[in-house]
Amino acid sequence: MHLIFFFVFAGFCLAGAINLLLQSHPTISALSLIVVMVSLAVLYLLLGAEFLAAAQVIVYAGAIMVLFSFVIMLLNASREERTMGSSAARVVGFPAVVVILAVIATVILHAQGLGVARLSDNLSNVKGQTNLDLLGVELFTKLLLPFEVTSILILIAILGAVALARHDGEEQERTGEE
Amino acid sequence: MTILQFILWSVLKVAVVTVVMLLGVAYTVLLERKLVGRIQNRWGPSRVGPFGLLQPLVDGAKSFMKEDIIPTGVYRPLYLLAPIIALGCALISIAVVPFGEPVSVLGSPHLFQIADVNIGLLVILGVTSIGVYGIALAGWSSNNKYSLLGALRSSAQLVSYELALGLSLVGVVMRTGSLSLIEIVRQQSSRGILTWNIFGGGQVFAFFIYLMAAYAETNRSPFDLPEAESELTGGYHTEYSSMKFAMFFMAEYANMITVGCVATLLFLGGWTSFFGDLIPPPQNIFIHAFLPIFWFVLKVFCFLFLYVWVRGTLPRFRYDQLMNFGWRWLLPAAILNIVATSIWLACR
Repeated sequence: MHLIFFFVFAGFCLAGAINLLLQSHPTISALSLIVVMVSLAVLYLLLGAEFLAAAQVIVYAGAIMVLFSFVIMLLNASREERTMGSSAARVVGFPAVVVILAVIATVILHAQGLGVARLSDNLSNVKGQTNLDLLGVELFTKLLLPFEVTSILILIAILGAVALARHDGEEQERTGEE
Repeated sequence: MTILQFILWSVLKVAVVTVVMLLGVAYTVLLERKLVGRIQNRWGPSRVGPFGLLQPLVDGAKSFMKEDIIPTGVYRPLYLLAPIIALGCALISIAVVPFGEPVSVLGSPHLFQIADVNIGLLVILGVTSIGVYGIALAGWSSNNKYSLLGALRSSAQLVSYELALGLSLVGVVMRTGSLSLIEIVRQQSSRGILTWNIFGGGQVFAFFIYLMAAYAETNRSPFDLPEAESELTGGYHTEYSSMKFAMFFMAEYANMITVGCVATLLFLGGWTSFFGDLIPPPQNIFIHAFLPIFWFVLKVFCFLFLYVWVRGTLPRFRYDQLMNFGWRWLLPAAILNIVATSIWLACR
Protein backbone atom coordinates (compact mmCIF):
# COMPACT_ATOMS: atom_id res chain seq x y z
CA MET A 1 0.00 0.00 0.00
CA HIS A 2 2.70 2.44 1.05
CA LEU A 3 4.84 1.34 -1.88
CA ILE A 4 2.02 2.06 -4.33
CA PHE A 5 1.54 5.53 -2.86
CA PHE A 6 5.28 6.09 -2.99
CA PHE A 7 5.49 5.28 -6.67
CA VAL A 8 2.41 7.32 -7.55
CA PHE A 9 3.59 10.44 -5.76
CA ALA A 10 7.23 10.05 -6.73
CA GLY A 11 5.91 9.88 -10.29
CA PHE A 12 3.88 13.06 -9.76
CA CYS A 13 6.94 14.72 -8.30
CA LEU A 14 9.16 13.85 -11.25
CA ALA A 15 6.47 14.70 -13.78
CA GLY A 16 5.98 18.08 -12.10
CA ALA A 17 9.70 18.76 -12.09
CA ILE A 18 10.09 17.85 -15.77
CA ASN A 19 7.00 19.87 -16.70
CA LEU A 20 8.47 22.82 -14.80
CA LEU A 21 11.49 22.78 -17.12
CA LEU A 22 9.62 22.10 -20.34
CA GLN A 23 6.79 24.64 -20.05
CA SER A 24 7.41 27.97 -21.68
CA HIS A 25 4.82 29.81 -19.60
CA PRO A 26 6.01 31.00 -16.15
CA THR A 27 2.61 30.53 -14.47
CA ILE A 28 2.38 26.89 -15.55
CA SER A 29 5.96 26.37 -14.39
CA ALA A 30 5.09 27.80 -10.99
CA LEU A 31 2.08 25.48 -10.81
CA SER A 32 4.26 22.48 -11.64
CA LEU A 33 6.53 23.50 -8.79
CA ILE A 34 3.50 23.44 -6.48
CA VAL A 35 2.74 19.90 -7.66
CA VAL A 36 6.35 18.97 -6.81
CA MET A 37 6.06 20.52 -3.33
CA VAL A 38 2.79 18.79 -2.52
CA SER A 39 4.04 15.41 -3.76
CA LEU A 40 7.15 15.83 -1.62
CA ALA A 41 4.88 16.49 1.35
CA VAL A 42 3.07 13.22 0.67
CA LEU A 43 6.43 11.40 0.51
CA TYR A 44 7.35 12.87 3.92
CA LEU A 45 4.00 11.71 5.22
CA LEU A 46 4.73 8.18 3.99
CA LEU A 47 8.02 8.29 5.89
CA GLY A 48 6.08 9.08 9.07
CA ALA A 49 7.22 12.70 9.30
CA GLU A 50 3.79 14.25 9.49
CA PHE A 51 4.88 17.56 10.96
CA LEU A 52 7.43 18.04 8.20
CA ALA A 53 4.76 17.22 5.62
CA ALA A 54 2.36 19.80 7.04
CA ALA A 55 5.11 22.40 7.27
CA GLN A 56 6.09 21.66 3.68
CA VAL A 57 2.54 22.29 2.47
CA ILE A 58 1.96 25.39 4.61
CA VAL A 59 5.32 27.07 4.08
CA TYR A 60 6.34 26.08 0.58
CA ALA A 61 3.14 25.28 -1.28
CA GLY A 62 0.98 27.71 0.69
CA ALA A 63 3.15 30.74 1.33
CA ILE A 64 6.25 30.86 -0.85
CA MET A 65 4.61 29.61 -4.03
CA VAL A 66 1.68 32.00 -3.55
CA LEU A 67 4.22 34.81 -3.52
CA PHE A 68 5.89 33.40 -6.64
CA SER A 69 2.67 33.15 -8.59
CA PHE A 70 1.61 36.53 -7.20
CA VAL A 71 4.71 38.17 -8.65
CA ILE A 72 4.34 36.35 -11.96
CA MET A 73 0.73 37.49 -12.23
CA LEU A 74 1.58 41.03 -11.17
CA LEU A 75 4.26 41.35 -13.83
CA ASN A 76 1.87 39.61 -16.22
CA ALA A 77 4.80 37.64 -17.59
CA SER A 78 3.99 36.11 -20.94
CA ARG A 79 5.41 33.22 -22.87
CA GLU A 80 9.17 32.91 -22.76
CA GLU A 81 11.19 32.41 -25.91
CA ARG A 82 12.91 29.10 -26.11
CA THR A 83 16.67 29.22 -26.58
CA MET A 84 18.92 26.26 -27.11
CA GLY A 85 21.04 27.29 -24.11
CA SER A 86 24.52 28.71 -24.14
CA SER A 87 27.44 26.58 -25.24
CA ALA A 88 28.97 26.89 -21.75
CA ALA A 89 25.90 25.20 -20.31
CA ARG A 90 26.24 22.36 -22.76
CA VAL A 91 29.98 21.89 -22.28
CA VAL A 92 30.17 22.30 -18.49
CA GLY A 93 26.58 21.82 -17.37
CA PHE A 94 25.82 18.27 -18.39
CA PRO A 95 29.10 16.76 -17.12
CA ALA A 96 28.62 18.72 -13.86
CA VAL A 97 25.13 17.27 -13.42
CA VAL A 98 26.47 13.76 -13.99
CA VAL A 99 29.29 14.33 -11.48
CA ILE A 100 26.94 15.70 -8.80
CA LEU A 101 24.51 12.82 -9.25
CA ALA A 102 27.40 10.33 -9.05
CA VAL A 103 28.69 11.92 -5.84
CA ILE A 104 25.24 11.87 -4.24
CA ALA A 105 24.69 8.26 -5.31
CA THR A 106 28.03 7.11 -3.85
CA VAL A 107 27.39 8.92 -0.59
CA ILE A 108 23.96 7.33 -0.26
CA LEU A 109 25.19 3.87 -1.18
CA HIS A 110 28.16 3.97 1.21
CA ALA A 111 26.65 5.76 4.17
CA GLN A 112 25.85 3.72 7.23
CA GLY A 113 22.29 4.06 8.40
CA LEU A 114 21.21 6.16 5.46
CA GLY A 115 18.30 4.72 3.59
CA VAL A 116 17.43 2.06 6.18
CA ALA A 117 14.28 3.88 7.30
CA ARG A 118 11.30 2.09 5.85
CA LEU A 119 8.20 3.71 4.50
CA SER A 120 5.53 4.13 7.18
CA ASP A 121 8.07 3.82 10.00
CA ASN A 122 7.30 6.30 12.72
CA LEU A 123 10.35 8.39 13.52
CA SER A 124 9.70 8.18 17.23
CA ASN A 125 10.05 4.79 18.91
CA VAL A 126 8.58 5.85 22.22
CA LYS A 127 4.90 5.04 22.51
CA GLY A 128 2.69 8.12 22.74
CA GLN A 129 5.44 10.46 21.68
CA THR A 130 4.72 12.17 18.37
CA ASN A 131 7.55 13.28 16.18
CA LEU A 132 6.47 16.82 16.95
CA ASP A 133 7.70 16.37 20.54
CA LEU A 134 10.88 14.79 19.25
CA LEU A 135 11.47 17.61 16.81
CA GLY A 136 10.89 20.27 19.46
CA VAL A 137 13.31 18.69 21.93
CA GLU A 138 16.01 18.20 19.29
CA LEU A 139 15.59 21.71 17.94
CA PHE A 140 15.88 23.41 21.31
CA THR A 141 18.63 21.28 22.87
CA LYS A 142 21.09 19.80 20.39
CA LEU A 143 20.40 22.13 17.49
CA LEU A 144 19.83 25.32 19.44
CA LEU A 145 22.77 27.26 17.98
CA PRO A 146 22.05 26.53 14.30
CA PHE A 147 18.37 27.25 14.95
CA GLU A 148 19.04 30.64 16.50
CA VAL A 149 21.63 31.53 13.87
CA THR A 150 19.09 30.72 11.14
CA SER A 151 16.51 32.94 12.82
CA ILE A 152 18.97 35.83 12.92
CA LEU A 153 19.83 35.22 9.27
CA ILE A 154 16.16 35.42 8.35
CA LEU A 155 15.76 38.56 10.47
CA ILE A 156 18.65 40.17 8.61
CA ALA A 157 17.05 39.22 5.31
CA ILE A 158 13.77 40.83 6.41
CA LEU A 159 15.56 43.99 7.50
CA GLY A 160 17.40 44.09 4.20
CA ALA A 161 14.16 43.76 2.27
CA VAL A 162 12.54 46.51 4.33
CA ALA A 163 15.56 48.78 3.84
CA LEU A 164 15.53 48.22 0.07
CA ALA A 165 11.80 48.86 -0.17
CA ARG A 166 12.02 52.02 1.97
CA HIS A 167 14.89 53.41 -0.04
CA ASP A 168 12.84 53.13 -3.19
CA GLY A 169 9.90 54.87 -1.57
CA GLU A 170 11.96 57.83 -0.34
CA GLU A 171 13.36 58.44 -3.79
CA GLN A 172 9.89 58.44 -5.24
CA GLU A 173 8.76 60.93 -2.64
CA ARG A 174 11.72 63.17 -3.40
CA THR A 175 11.06 63.15 -7.13
CA GLY A 176 7.45 63.90 -6.34
CA GLU A 177 8.47 66.97 -4.33
CA GLU A 178 10.71 68.24 -7.06
CA MET B 1 -10.47 -3.35 12.26
CA THR B 2 -10.10 -4.82 8.82
CA ILE B 3 -9.30 -2.77 5.75
CA LEU B 4 -12.78 -3.44 4.33
CA GLN B 5 -14.42 -2.10 7.50
CA PHE B 6 -12.16 0.92 7.41
CA ILE B 7 -13.05 1.70 3.80
CA LEU B 8 -16.77 1.21 4.38
CA TRP B 9 -16.80 3.43 7.47
CA SER B 10 -14.71 6.09 5.75
CA VAL B 11 -16.96 6.20 2.70
CA LEU B 12 -20.04 6.39 4.92
CA LYS B 13 -18.62 9.16 7.08
CA VAL B 14 -17.39 11.14 4.08
CA ALA B 15 -20.81 10.84 2.42
CA VAL B 16 -22.70 11.94 5.52
CA VAL B 17 -20.36 14.84 6.30
CA THR B 18 -20.37 16.06 2.69
CA VAL B 19 -24.15 16.01 2.48
CA VAL B 20 -24.54 17.74 5.84
CA MET B 21 -21.87 20.26 4.91
CA LEU B 22 -23.51 21.11 1.58
CA LEU B 23 -26.90 21.44 3.25
CA GLY B 24 -25.25 23.61 5.87
CA VAL B 25 -23.78 25.76 3.12
CA ALA B 26 -27.17 26.11 1.44
CA TYR B 27 -28.89 27.11 4.65
CA THR B 28 -26.08 29.44 5.70
CA VAL B 29 -26.84 31.37 2.52
CA LEU B 30 -30.48 31.51 3.53
CA LEU B 31 -29.56 32.52 7.08
CA GLU B 32 -27.41 35.31 5.70
CA ARG B 33 -30.10 36.59 3.36
CA LYS B 34 -32.75 36.45 6.08
CA LEU B 35 -30.58 38.13 8.71
CA VAL B 36 -29.23 40.84 6.45
CA GLY B 37 -32.79 41.41 5.36
CA ARG B 38 -33.93 41.92 8.95
CA ILE B 39 -30.93 44.18 9.65
CA GLN B 40 -31.95 46.31 6.66
CA ASN B 41 -35.58 46.28 7.77
CA ARG B 42 -37.00 43.99 5.07
CA TRP B 43 -38.10 40.36 5.05
CA GLY B 44 -35.50 38.61 2.96
CA PRO B 45 -36.56 35.55 0.91
CA SER B 46 -40.07 34.59 1.99
CA ARG B 47 -41.91 33.25 -1.08
CA VAL B 48 -40.55 29.74 -1.66
CA GLY B 49 -41.86 27.38 0.99
CA PRO B 50 -42.72 28.37 4.57
CA PHE B 51 -40.53 31.34 5.65
CA GLY B 52 -38.58 30.93 2.40
CA LEU B 53 -37.09 27.68 3.68
CA LEU B 54 -36.99 26.06 0.23
CA GLN B 55 -35.17 29.01 -1.32
CA PRO B 56 -31.67 27.36 -1.24
CA LEU B 57 -32.94 24.30 -3.14
CA VAL B 58 -34.53 26.47 -5.81
CA ASP B 59 -31.36 28.54 -6.06
CA GLY B 60 -29.29 25.38 -6.49
CA ALA B 61 -31.59 24.11 -9.24
CA LYS B 62 -31.41 27.51 -10.92
CA SER B 63 -27.61 27.51 -11.04
CA PHE B 64 -27.68 24.03 -12.60
CA MET B 65 -30.07 25.18 -15.32
CA LYS B 66 -28.18 28.35 -16.24
CA GLU B 67 -26.18 28.39 -19.44
CA ASP B 68 -22.53 27.60 -18.81
CA ILE B 69 -20.52 30.24 -20.65
CA ILE B 70 -16.79 29.88 -21.20
CA PRO B 71 -15.38 33.13 -22.61
CA THR B 72 -13.10 32.81 -25.62
CA GLY B 73 -9.98 34.43 -24.19
CA VAL B 74 -9.60 32.20 -21.12
CA TYR B 75 -6.84 29.70 -20.48
CA ARG B 76 -9.11 26.66 -20.43
CA PRO B 77 -7.35 24.03 -18.24
CA LEU B 78 -6.80 26.41 -15.35
CA TYR B 79 -10.14 28.14 -15.86
CA LEU B 80 -11.86 24.78 -15.37
CA LEU B 81 -9.53 23.66 -12.57
CA ALA B 82 -9.86 26.78 -10.40
CA PRO B 83 -13.41 26.25 -9.04
CA ILE B 84 -12.59 22.60 -8.38
CA ILE B 85 -9.54 23.58 -6.31
CA ALA B 86 -11.54 26.19 -4.42
CA LEU B 87 -14.46 23.92 -3.53
CA GLY B 88 -12.27 20.84 -3.05
CA CYS B 89 -10.02 22.52 -0.50
CA ALA B 90 -13.00 24.04 1.27
CA LEU B 91 -14.61 20.61 1.68
CA ILE B 92 -11.42 18.63 2.47
CA SER B 93 -10.47 20.63 5.53
CA ILE B 94 -13.63 19.55 7.38
CA ALA B 95 -12.30 15.96 7.33
CA VAL B 96 -10.15 16.38 10.43
CA VAL B 97 -12.78 18.22 12.48
CA PRO B 98 -14.13 16.12 15.36
CA PHE B 99 -17.85 16.81 15.86
CA GLY B 100 -18.19 14.88 19.08
CA GLU B 101 -16.58 12.71 21.71
CA PRO B 102 -14.54 9.85 20.17
CA VAL B 103 -16.98 6.92 20.27
CA SER B 104 -16.19 3.45 18.95
CA VAL B 105 -19.13 1.83 17.21
CA LEU B 106 -18.97 -1.41 15.24
CA GLY B 107 -15.27 -1.21 14.51
CA SER B 108 -15.15 2.47 13.68
CA PRO B 109 -12.57 4.17 15.90
CA HIS B 110 -14.16 7.62 15.76
CA LEU B 111 -17.80 7.87 14.87
CA PHE B 112 -17.89 11.68 14.72
CA GLN B 113 -14.64 12.38 12.93
CA ILE B 114 -13.51 11.31 9.46
CA ALA B 115 -9.77 11.23 10.12
CA ASP B 116 -8.11 11.48 13.51
CA VAL B 117 -4.65 12.87 12.86
CA ASN B 118 -2.31 14.15 15.54
CA ILE B 119 -1.55 17.29 13.54
CA GLY B 120 -5.18 18.11 12.77
CA LEU B 121 -4.76 21.84 13.20
CA LEU B 122 -1.86 21.96 10.75
CA VAL B 123 -3.83 19.95 8.21
CA ILE B 124 -6.61 22.53 8.30
CA LEU B 125 -4.15 25.40 7.92
CA GLY B 126 -2.35 23.59 5.11
CA VAL B 127 -5.46 22.78 3.11
CA THR B 128 -6.75 26.34 3.53
CA SER B 129 -3.45 27.72 2.30
CA ILE B 130 -3.76 25.60 -0.86
CA GLY B 131 -7.29 26.97 -1.35
CA VAL B 132 -5.79 30.35 -2.26
CA TYR B 133 -4.79 28.92 -5.62
CA GLY B 134 -8.44 28.43 -6.55
CA ILE B 135 -8.99 32.17 -6.37
CA ALA B 136 -5.60 33.17 -7.79
CA LEU B 137 -5.89 30.85 -10.80
CA ALA B 138 -9.50 31.84 -11.44
CA GLY B 139 -8.45 35.47 -11.69
CA TRP B 140 -5.42 34.82 -13.80
CA SER B 141 -6.94 32.37 -16.26
CA SER B 142 -10.05 34.48 -16.86
CA ASN B 143 -8.08 36.99 -18.94
CA ASN B 144 -10.04 39.88 -17.48
CA LYS B 145 -8.61 42.87 -15.66
CA TYR B 146 -11.26 42.86 -12.93
CA SER B 147 -10.70 39.18 -12.27
CA LEU B 148 -6.93 39.63 -12.19
CA LEU B 149 -7.16 42.58 -9.80
CA GLY B 150 -9.51 40.64 -7.56
CA ALA B 151 -7.21 37.62 -7.56
CA LEU B 152 -4.12 39.74 -6.82
CA ARG B 153 -5.86 41.49 -3.95
CA SER B 154 -7.07 38.21 -2.62
CA SER B 155 -3.66 36.49 -2.75
CA ALA B 156 -2.02 39.43 -0.99
CA GLN B 157 -4.77 39.55 1.61
CA LEU B 158 -4.75 35.81 2.27
CA VAL B 159 -0.97 35.63 2.61
CA SER B 160 -0.92 38.59 4.99
CA TYR B 161 -3.76 37.46 7.22
CA GLU B 162 -2.72 33.80 7.24
CA LEU B 163 0.25 34.81 9.39
CA ALA B 164 -1.90 36.54 11.98
CA LEU B 165 -4.36 33.64 11.87
CA GLY B 166 -1.67 31.02 12.44
CA LEU B 167 0.04 33.01 15.19
CA SER B 168 -3.24 33.63 17.03
CA LEU B 169 -3.68 29.85 17.32
CA VAL B 170 -0.19 29.32 18.78
CA GLY B 171 -1.30 30.42 22.25
CA VAL B 172 -3.95 27.69 22.34
CA VAL B 173 -1.50 25.08 21.07
CA MET B 174 1.03 26.11 23.71
CA ARG B 175 -1.57 25.69 26.45
CA THR B 176 -2.54 22.25 25.22
CA GLY B 177 0.86 21.00 24.15
CA SER B 178 -0.67 19.16 21.22
CA LEU B 179 -1.89 19.83 17.71
CA SER B 180 -4.56 17.16 17.90
CA LEU B 181 -8.00 18.75 17.84
CA ILE B 182 -9.43 16.11 20.18
CA GLU B 183 -6.72 16.83 22.76
CA ILE B 184 -7.35 20.57 22.48
CA VAL B 185 -11.06 20.09 23.22
CA ARG B 186 -10.46 17.60 26.07
CA GLN B 187 -8.16 20.02 27.79
CA GLN B 188 -10.94 22.63 27.94
CA SER B 189 -13.74 20.31 28.94
CA SER B 190 -13.54 20.01 32.73
CA ARG B 191 -15.41 23.07 34.10
CA GLY B 192 -17.58 24.06 31.17
CA ILE B 193 -17.47 27.68 30.10
CA LEU B 194 -14.90 28.55 32.78
CA THR B 195 -12.20 26.33 31.30
CA TRP B 196 -12.78 27.19 27.66
CA ASN B 197 -9.70 28.68 26.13
CA ILE B 198 -11.46 31.96 25.49
CA PHE B 199 -12.23 32.55 29.19
CA GLY B 200 -10.30 30.29 31.54
CA GLY B 201 -7.40 29.91 29.17
CA GLY B 202 -6.93 33.65 28.93
CA GLN B 203 -7.05 33.54 25.13
CA VAL B 204 -9.74 36.22 24.72
CA PHE B 205 -7.29 38.41 22.91
CA ALA B 206 -6.23 35.57 20.61
CA PHE B 207 -9.90 34.83 19.89
CA PHE B 208 -10.52 38.32 18.57
CA ILE B 209 -7.33 38.26 16.50
CA TYR B 210 -8.48 34.93 15.09
CA LEU B 211 -11.93 36.33 14.42
CA MET B 212 -10.63 39.26 12.40
CA ALA B 213 -8.03 37.23 10.53
CA ALA B 214 -10.64 34.58 9.76
CA TYR B 215 -13.01 37.16 8.27
CA ALA B 216 -10.19 38.28 6.01
CA GLU B 217 -9.23 34.68 5.17
CA THR B 218 -12.72 33.84 3.99
CA ASN B 219 -13.04 37.09 2.00
CA ARG B 220 -15.97 38.21 4.07
CA SER B 221 -17.12 41.70 4.84
CA PRO B 222 -15.56 44.01 6.08
CA PHE B 223 -12.57 42.48 4.29
CA ASP B 224 -14.35 41.43 1.09
CA LEU B 225 -12.07 43.41 -1.20
CA PRO B 226 -11.42 40.53 -3.64
CA GLU B 227 -15.02 40.75 -4.78
CA ALA B 228 -15.78 44.38 -4.00
CA GLU B 229 -18.63 44.78 -6.45
CA SER B 230 -18.54 48.57 -6.50
CA GLU B 231 -15.02 48.65 -7.95
CA LEU B 232 -14.32 45.19 -9.41
CA THR B 233 -17.76 44.17 -10.76
CA GLY B 234 -17.41 40.65 -9.31
CA GLY B 235 -13.74 40.21 -8.51
CA TYR B 236 -12.08 36.90 -9.30
CA HIS B 237 -15.29 35.19 -10.42
CA THR B 238 -16.46 37.88 -12.86
CA GLU B 239 -16.10 35.56 -15.86
CA TYR B 240 -17.67 32.52 -14.22
CA SER B 241 -21.27 31.54 -14.69
CA SER B 242 -23.70 28.77 -13.85
CA MET B 243 -22.39 25.88 -11.73
CA LYS B 244 -18.78 27.11 -11.77
CA PHE B 245 -19.85 30.35 -10.13
CA ALA B 246 -21.94 28.34 -7.69
CA MET B 247 -18.84 26.31 -6.80
CA PHE B 248 -16.96 29.46 -5.78
CA PHE B 249 -20.00 30.59 -3.87
CA MET B 250 -20.27 27.26 -2.06
CA ALA B 251 -16.53 27.27 -1.35
CA GLU B 252 -16.84 30.63 0.38
CA TYR B 253 -19.64 29.46 2.65
CA ALA B 254 -17.97 26.10 3.29
CA ASN B 255 -14.87 28.01 4.37
CA MET B 256 -17.03 30.07 6.71
CA ILE B 257 -18.36 26.90 8.32
CA THR B 258 -14.87 25.40 8.63
CA VAL B 259 -13.57 28.57 10.25
CA GLY B 260 -16.53 28.43 12.62
CA CYS B 261 -15.70 24.80 13.47
CA VAL B 262 -12.06 25.68 14.17
CA ALA B 263 -13.06 28.60 16.39
CA THR B 264 -15.46 26.30 18.24
CA LEU B 265 -12.84 23.63 18.76
CA LEU B 266 -9.99 25.91 19.76
CA PHE B 267 -11.65 28.64 21.77
CA LEU B 268 -15.20 27.63 22.64
CA GLY B 269 -14.71 24.16 24.05
CA GLY B 270 -15.72 22.12 20.99
CA TRP B 271 -18.53 19.67 21.64
CA THR B 272 -18.55 20.13 25.44
CA SER B 273 -21.51 21.82 27.06
CA PHE B 274 -21.60 25.24 28.68
CA PHE B 275 -21.91 23.68 32.11
CA GLY B 276 -19.08 21.15 32.03
CA ASP B 277 -19.59 18.44 34.63
CA LEU B 278 -22.01 20.50 36.74
CA ILE B 279 -24.88 18.68 35.04
CA PRO B 280 -24.70 14.86 35.11
CA PRO B 281 -24.54 13.21 31.67
CA PRO B 282 -27.95 12.12 30.36
CA GLN B 283 -28.93 8.48 30.85
CA ASN B 284 -30.57 7.89 27.46
CA ILE B 285 -27.88 6.51 25.15
CA PHE B 286 -29.07 8.40 22.08
CA ILE B 287 -29.23 11.73 23.88
CA HIS B 288 -25.84 10.95 25.36
CA ALA B 289 -24.40 10.35 21.89
CA PHE B 290 -26.00 13.27 20.13
CA LEU B 291 -25.93 15.99 22.79
CA PRO B 292 -22.27 16.84 21.93
CA ILE B 293 -23.30 17.32 18.28
CA PHE B 294 -26.05 19.67 19.43
CA TRP B 295 -23.59 21.82 21.40
CA PHE B 296 -21.14 21.82 18.52
CA VAL B 297 -23.73 22.89 15.96
CA LEU B 298 -25.09 25.52 18.34
CA LYS B 299 -21.65 27.08 18.77
CA VAL B 300 -20.93 27.04 15.04
CA PHE B 301 -24.35 28.58 14.43
CA CYS B 302 -23.57 31.43 16.86
CA PHE B 303 -20.30 32.00 15.04
CA LEU B 304 -22.05 32.14 11.65
CA PHE B 305 -24.66 34.48 13.11
CA LEU B 306 -21.85 36.80 14.20
CA TYR B 307 -20.38 36.62 10.69
CA VAL B 308 -23.63 37.81 9.13
CA TRP B 309 -24.17 40.41 11.83
CA VAL B 310 -20.74 41.89 11.12
CA ARG B 311 -21.46 41.86 7.41
CA GLY B 312 -24.70 43.73 7.93
CA THR B 313 -23.06 46.31 10.19
CA LEU B 314 -19.58 47.27 9.04
CA PRO B 315 -18.59 49.03 5.80
CA ARG B 316 -15.77 47.70 3.66
CA PHE B 317 -12.12 48.57 4.38
CA ARG B 318 -9.99 50.39 1.86
CA TYR B 319 -7.13 48.32 0.47
CA ASP B 320 -4.28 50.21 2.16
CA GLN B 321 -6.23 50.20 5.45
CA LEU B 322 -6.56 46.46 5.11
CA MET B 323 -2.83 45.91 4.64
CA ASN B 324 -1.91 48.37 7.39
CA PHE B 325 -4.30 46.75 9.80
CA GLY B 326 -3.03 43.25 9.04
CA TRP B 327 0.67 43.94 9.26
CA ARG B 328 0.89 46.79 11.77
CA TRP B 329 -1.80 45.78 14.28
CA LEU B 330 -2.97 42.23 13.95
CA LEU B 331 0.41 40.56 13.48
CA PRO B 332 2.21 42.35 16.36
CA ALA B 333 -0.83 41.75 18.56
CA ALA B 334 -0.69 38.03 17.77
CA ILE B 335 3.04 37.91 18.58
CA LEU B 336 2.44 39.79 21.85
CA ASN B 337 -0.22 37.24 22.72
CA ILE B 338 2.29 34.41 22.22
CA VAL B 339 4.83 36.16 24.44
CA ALA B 340 2.23 36.83 27.14
CA THR B 341 0.97 33.24 27.02
CA SER B 342 4.47 31.80 27.31
CA ILE B 343 5.30 34.07 30.28
CA TRP B 344 2.05 33.04 31.94
CA LEU B 345 2.74 29.35 31.30
CA ALA B 346 6.28 29.69 32.62
CA CYS B 347 5.17 31.44 35.82
CA ARG B 348 2.38 28.99 36.60
